[in-house]
Amino acid sequence: MSAGPLPLVEQFQRGLAAPICLTWELTYACNLSCVHCLSSSGRRDPRELTTAECRAVIDELQRMQVFYVNIGGGEPTVRPDFWDLVDYATGHEVGVKFSTNGVKITPDIARRLAGRDYVDVQISLDGATPEVNDAVRGRGSYAVALRAMRNLAGAGFAGFKISVVMTRHNVGQLEELKAIADGFGAQLRITRLRPSGRGADVWDELHLAPGQQRELYDWLVAHGTDVLTGDSFFHLSGYGGALPGLNLCGAGRVVCLIDPVGDVYACPFAIHPSFLAGNVRDPGGLAGVWRRSELFRDLRRPQAGGACESCSAYGSCRGGCMAAKFFTGLPLDGPDPECVKGHGERALAAAAAAPRPAPDHSHRAAPYRAAERRPVPLTLLARPPVTACNADPLAGFLPGGLSPP
Amino acid sequence: MACAASTDRVGQFDLDAPWQLDAQVRVRPEAFGALLYHFGTRQLSFLKSPALLAVVRSLGAQPSARAACAAAGVPSGDLMHYARALQALAASQMIRKREAA
Repeated sequence: MSAGPLPLVEQFQRGLAAPICLTWELTYACNLSCVHCLSSSGRRDPRELTTAECRAVIDELQRMQVFYVNIGGGEPTVRPDFWDLVDYATGHEVGVKFSTNGVKITPDIARRLAGRDYVDVQISLDGATPEVNDAVRGRGSYAVALRAMRNLAGAGFAGFKISVVMTRHNVGQLEELKAIADGFGAQLRITRLRPSGRGADVWDELHLAPGQQRELYDWLVAHGTDVLTGDSFFHLSGYGGALPGLNLCGAGRVVCLIDPVGDVYACPFAIHPSFLAGNVRDPGGLAGVWRRSELFRDLRRPQAGGACESCSAYGSCRGGCMAAKFFTGLPLDGPDPECVKGHGERALAAAAAAPRPAPDHSHRAAPYRAAERRPVPLTLLARPPVTACNADPLAGFLPGGLSPP
Repeated sequence: MACAASTDRVGQFDLDAPWQLDAQVRVRPEAFGALLYHFGTRQLSFLKSPALLAVVRSLGAQPSARAACAAAGVPSGDLMHYARALQALAASQMIRKREAA
């Protein structure tokens, strides 16, 4: 494009008129209890936006010219109004990409989706094998995801996304994951594990070892734009050249999150009161929060690089991920906990106690992994008991009709 | 979030043809210029100057891209820069030739 007064990255750091990458979590309800869930999802929150309120948000997104949203949760497809909201959005110039564990992607739904313009589907999978995936996402979740992929491919839905959170245990499976995506005519998307939500509890055991970070960087350089990353690995740019995409933290500048109760946070990895900018139910709506919240205005001011400013890599990594620093107890103007120069590890040794992620909508029953570690006293109560007052719409849910992978 | 505009085939842009924004493209003004989104290709592009935005907006109403540039006050010495930007937009299907009136 023609020469502008400032590089685009600098313009983005000052904030855009509206987000270009907006994540909207429609519900905290989820049939799974993934150990690294960014939003600590599980149980529906009774204050979640109603269908009418969701439609009003979509109307506002159209007015703000937010051309597409990334819908997630929780598991968004368990909302009874989910498919109607998708249709409402795409009918109002708001394209939808939604993330799902695949639980509701039946052959019928897959056919319906394949016939829609402006809808993209992203199936979460955190390992190329059931063993690696299910250890993070729960028993049977690999089979559910693969069934959804088969249904989408069978319906002729080309180019859906397979989204993988990189962990110590699946980074060695990148080629196999790519092969799975290629086999379905899908596109592989890999993103960074964050110490957000329940991810804080498993960060130490699941985040990449330094040698693995280097392998991942080299793999990303070799695969260029064949693989989507959500621009989430810019902290690795310190290894050498910048990776494709936006190499900056977009929180509150080009990115924000709307959570199921309408709270607006600076980014999907920062569900914590410190990064809460407002609520879509406020009088000025989402536009008012985006334009006037003090938090977002602060984020759009020039940021101090602090201890990182003298580092040769600062120009490319820009100090890394705000949320990763925050939830590991590091100062926001210091190095990322996974700083490729090793400054993060040194800083962590002197770090304050990490803030606890909040709010928490986890299922009250112990998650799968924790349960696996203890002896099981009885097999009769393998599932949590269903109570009459359970707010979870999936109370009593049993995955039915699953075919083997 | 990638910028879709490709820079290949630069220099082949037909300044004297009539052009228009693709019907599936929407334009969102920004402080630096504008953001373009194509609902068909699902690609974003960024116009990094208000002058380029003025050119792109007037394409459909002008008999040629050259006329659109003149109407937006583009100095003749800058014309090739604009042609290059417009070529990138054409390559990413953001703008396309329209049937001459």
